[in-house]
Amino acid sequence: MNSTIARLVIGRLGIGVITLVIVSMVVFFLTSLLPGDAVQEQLGQAATPEAVAALRAHFGLDQPLWQRYLHWASGLITGNPGISMVNGLQVGDMISNRLPKSLSLAAVTSLVSVPVALTIGILSAMFRGSAFDRYTNMLTVFAVSVPEFLIATIAVLIFAVKLGWLSALSRTVDVHSFGEMLSVYAMPVMTLCCVLIAQMARMTRAAVIDQLSSPYVEMALLKGARPMRVVLRHALPNAVGPIVNAVALSLSYLLGGVVIVESIFNYPGVATLMVNGVVTRDMPLVQACVMLFCLGFLVLVLIADICAIVSNPRLRK
Amino acid sequence: MNEIVKVSGLRVAARTDEGVDLPIVHGVDFSLKQGEVLALIGESGSGKTTIALSLMGYARSGCRIVGGSVRIGDVDVLQLSDAELANLRGCRVAYIAQSAAAAFNPSKRIMDQVIESAMIHGTASRQQAQAKAVELFRALALPDPENIGARYPHQVSGGQLQRLMAAMALITDPALVILDEPTTALDVTTQIEVLRAFKQVVRERGTTAVYVSHDLAVVAQMADRIVVLRDGQIQENSPTEQLLAAPAHPYTRRLLAAMKPAAASRASARVEPVEQEKPLLEVRDLEVCYGKQVKVLHGIDLQVRRGTTVGVIGESGSGKTTLARAVAGMVAPSAGRILLDGQPLSGTLAGRTREQFRRVQYVFQNADTALNPKHSIEDILARPLRFYHGMKGKRQRERVAELLDLVQLPASIAQRRPGELSGGQKQRINLARALAAEPDLILCDEVTSALDTVVGAAILKLMADLRRELNVSYLFISHDINTVRAICDEVVVMYSGAKVEQGERSTFRAPPYHPYTNLLIDSVPEMHQGWLEETQAGRGVPPRIGVSANAEGICPFLARCPVRIDGKCNTTPPPRVRLDKGNEILCHHRDIELLQLEESVPVAAAG
Amino acid sequence: MKSNINQSGSQNMATSGGSGQVAENEWLDNSVPVTAPTKHRRLPNPGGFLGFILVFFWLVMAVIGPMIAPHDVNGLVSDSFFGPISSQYPLGTDYLGRDILSRLLHGAPYTIGIALLATSLACMSGVVLGLVAAASGGWIDALISRVQDAMIAIPNKIFALIMVASFGSSVPLLIVMAAIAYMPGCYRIARALAVNVMTMDYVLAARTRGEGLAYIIFIEVLPNMLRPVLTDFGLRFVYVVLLLSAMSFLGLGVQPPDADWGSLVRENIQGLGIGAPAVLAPAVAIATLTMGVNLLIDSLGGRAKR
Repeated sequence: MNSTIARLVIGRLGIGVITLVIVSMVVFFLTSLLPGDAVQEQLGQAATPEAVAALRAHFGLDQPLWQRYLHWASGLITGNPGISMVNGLQVGDMISNRLPKSLSLAAVTSLVSVPVALTIGILSAMFRGSAFDRYTNMLTVFAVSVPEFLIATIAVLIFAVKLGWLSALSRTVDVHSFGEMLSVYAMPVMTLCCVLIAQMARMTRAAVIDQLSSPYVEMALLKGARPMRVVLRHALPNAVGPIVNAVALSLSYLLGGVVIVESIFNYPGVATLMVNGVVTRDMPLVQACVMLFCLGFLVLVLIADICAIVSNPRLRK
Repeated sequence: MNEIVKVSGLRVAARTDEGVDLPIVHGVDFSLKQGEVLALIGESGSGKTTIALSLMGYARSGCRIVGGSVRIGDVDVLQLSDAELANLRGCRVAYIAQSAAAAFNPSKRIMDQVIESAMIHGTASRQQAQAKAVELFRALALPDPENIGARYPHQVSGGQLQRLMAAMALITDPALVILDEPTTALDVTTQIEVLRAFKQVVRERGTTAVYVSHDLAVVAQMADRIVVLRDGQIQENSPTEQLLAAPAHPYTRRLLAAMKPAAASRASARVEPVEQEKPLLEVRDLEVCYGKQVKVLHGIDLQVRRGTTVGVIGESGSGKTTLARAVAGMVAPSAGRILLDGQPLSGTLAGRTREQFRRVQYVFQNADTALNPKHSIEDILARPLRFYHGMKGKRQRERVAELLDLVQLPASIAQRRPGELSGGQKQRINLARALAAEPDLILCDEVTSALDTVVGAAILKLMADLRRELNVSYLFISHDINTVRAICDEVVVMYSGAKVEQGERSTFRAPPYHPYTNLLIDSVPEMHQGWLEETQAGRGVPPRIGVSANAEGICPFLARCPVRIDGKCNTTPPPRVRLDKGNEILCHHRDIELLQLEESVPVAAAG
Repeated sequence: MKSNINQSGSQNMATSGGSGQVAENEWLDNSVPVTAPTKHRRLPNPGGFLGFILVFFWLVMAVIGPMIAPHDVNGLVSDSFFGPISSQYPLGTDYLGRDILSRLLHGAPYTIGIALLATSLACMSGVVLGLVAAASGGWIDALISRVQDAMIAIPNKIFALIMVASFGSSVPLLIVMAAIAYMPGCYRIARALAVNVMTMDYVLAARTRGEGLAYIIFIEVLPNMLRPVLTDFGLRFVYVVLLLSAMSFLGLGVQPPDADWGSLVRENIQGLGIGAPAVLAPAVAIATLTMGVNLLIDSLGGRAKR
């Protein structure tokens, strides 16, 4: 690790933190713009102004906006994002119950999709123009064009309704056997993978093909290197940066994709929690969930940036 | 009669967007004997690289070999399967690419790339191959041959990469080496080192080689035989000596003529300076910094008189383009003044008046990027007419036609877009756009270096004619001393952001010169065999000196100077002295010492 | 001549590369489209043609769809819920016995119209901001870019959820929300393109001529950005359609009694168990629209890197 790399990485981290602060402001002020809030909704139209004021004071809504922001932001940092306006529970507890489940869904999806997507992407770049390339291209265009809920409903139609292999809803999340794991994760993971693999494979293919048109690849061919060697030894090491970037971007898509997939399969993760929060306008809960998703995105992008910096040969000593 | 390569009836076609095959090489025949170096010479589009690549059974994307045979030893390359071709490439036939900087994989160490062909073809063990690579590095006069292989390509210079690529080609002892414009991207002073290294290795090993180039003077040093190509056809195929002395084909004669611009345009240059007149452009003590610390120009003084041409010459990184851009207002100077007719010009674009903009016009090096691809030629020429002179309608159209006529283009070209024109035509439009403003001064940034020699020579002639007709002045930026000597009244030599020499054109014909000017002039290949062996350029090893002081203003050429003086050059900034012939130089030396320069660094003293 | 010199095949997909005389540079080829070795102009790429037909069809339907609907959009015209395909109800009936074809045709202006408006808004504001940032540079550029980076850090679906949570769901909100959600992407591409074009010599030439900023931006820079920006428009339209459909599918998009295609899927999701066309038809409509746009962009070959 040399000093240039260290400096660049620290710079990236700094930018990440600044971005997170801007995001928190945008999220907080956006969700506090309208006066109509859950307090009013909770107490109903008949509530006396005094009762409303008392409850508002209880939630700290009577303080100026910037003070509330500071209070909220410091709460986030210390792991105390506030109390739900709907059921009075600690938002932190509600999320921490759900988070492992969402994370395990994301982890299983990533484990399945990343290797498959990279293999497809690299192979179709290697055999550019072949039948394999054209068919995968058609399939991936199809997969990125189709809404997740269509893939999910088709999966339910086939595997739960027609074949009866899997349950349409994943209620049990306590996994004890491989069979149970399969029945819980199979359909959500399959749905998420479809879009994810397609996106990642397309971007990987583009990154590798970009390298294949460079003069050093022609040079390698003229040294007598076979196509396999040219791709694996010459093009791939230079495509690491763009490929990691493609993976990170695709995985960040996962953050949005889980919203739909968790809802359809009624999977008890953070995304369903957030959708419920939106429906009941439980702002503390929504704010905390949003920040969690944004944090996830920024971490992914940060990892990709750092990989790109470290893999850049021009920064090597 | 040991013919090692025999090409007969070779035809290559390119596929257009419409799917039509367009022949680009039409039935080419030639052959090479063992140990012979054959040059393929021609302008861009002559098919020289395409032919060279077909010797390896390779065609770039969009092209394919449609007929003929290429025999190397006793195999016909064009009849081989893919696997057999892979076995041939890098083993029996090796390739040295034009741009080594792009042809080296940036993420792999140099040694791994140099010995890769040996590993692929199994011609040697890793240890043997590495030992041989080090031996080749030494033969190619590369610095630190033991350790240079451990570096990455971005850590060594362009000239070194080009020599490393030669080592890469020779690692498998191929029967044939193809050198594709291997020195075109280099500065002349670097080119000469690379050429020397190549020639030595080729002679020592008795390598059979095909040398592709557009530069007859370079080829004259390297080749035993020269094949002149034009539009994919052979014009002439003669031994080098004969071709240079008595060119048989008219096209060859034209090529030879175009490569001597000095002779071609002497008549057009005129020197009748009016000393008393106030200079049109005056640059005083100009300094430009990028960022806080990096000074790219320091202490530049310069005058351009009305109706004259001042040439600025230097290698890449010398700051010559920055100088022109500062005059145009694109780069803000950090110190110094720019005066137009005695009136100060603002350092930034925002501070200049429209009239000032009109009087100073800039012509860019690359006509491909200087003309907006979405605008028609008429739009491009009409804009300055309207902008500066308020011309509209019929008058504007007439003036556009006049301008096209002035640069010797047909008026029918007005409705076309830049993409439909050739390089030379685009450069003429580029010039016409500057003329549309009716300027007093035109800044010409390497206007001919992207063009073929013949086309470039025509542009230079046009510029000289226009100067006479319109009484404009040029500030002519170039890397080519021959061009500058041919068309400029006054020459400024720049090195590393400093003006090291300035003088009348005539004084650049004989020494004494500044040591850098001397190296520059001696490095330009001359059109006769044996020049490479005779020239002294780059032979002398700079004398040993102590640690140089880090003071401001130390001679920029110190590190490469063959006549530097310990205790003087490395401690005290050089003075500006005037030589007897009138030239001003930035050096500690005087006339006598510089006159002796050529004799003072004999090869013996170097060792 | 052996096979390596012959034409490599009869495939005439413009997306496939390779006309090489040697098989191994087939996959290197990235520019020249291949056709069978004829002297004629190559046939239009079938994918692109299909894409064009689909996009054209749906654009027409978005305009005339509601007028040619055979039944009342909200009328309970049939007794059977989740009715099958029949001559009277070409796409069956929904969970209340309404005609799906009519509801689909009435949904088209919502799905396509909202998405078009939102995408236009996103692209226009993105391009304007990108041009301003690229032309001014310095702290203005830094400020705009930093804020756009922060916006990108909020995943689009999540952003949609906060907007709906804060302001409730209505058609104007959906348009504004989708426009803001996709503006940062447009901005990034537009700025990158503009920065690239700004460094071209013809722009420098205009600046040394003394031209003003407006002339440089609109006459010199913008025409050279148009093609990639249009490609990006198509791509982003697909994302907007998918986002809005997803929101409607969650019940947070277009609110009843109006219905876009996403809402139709949601309304009839119970019909899935019996494989009713009511749930599949709107989903397929979305898929054909988005796929059509994707195929069209692919065939134009200018897919910008993201």
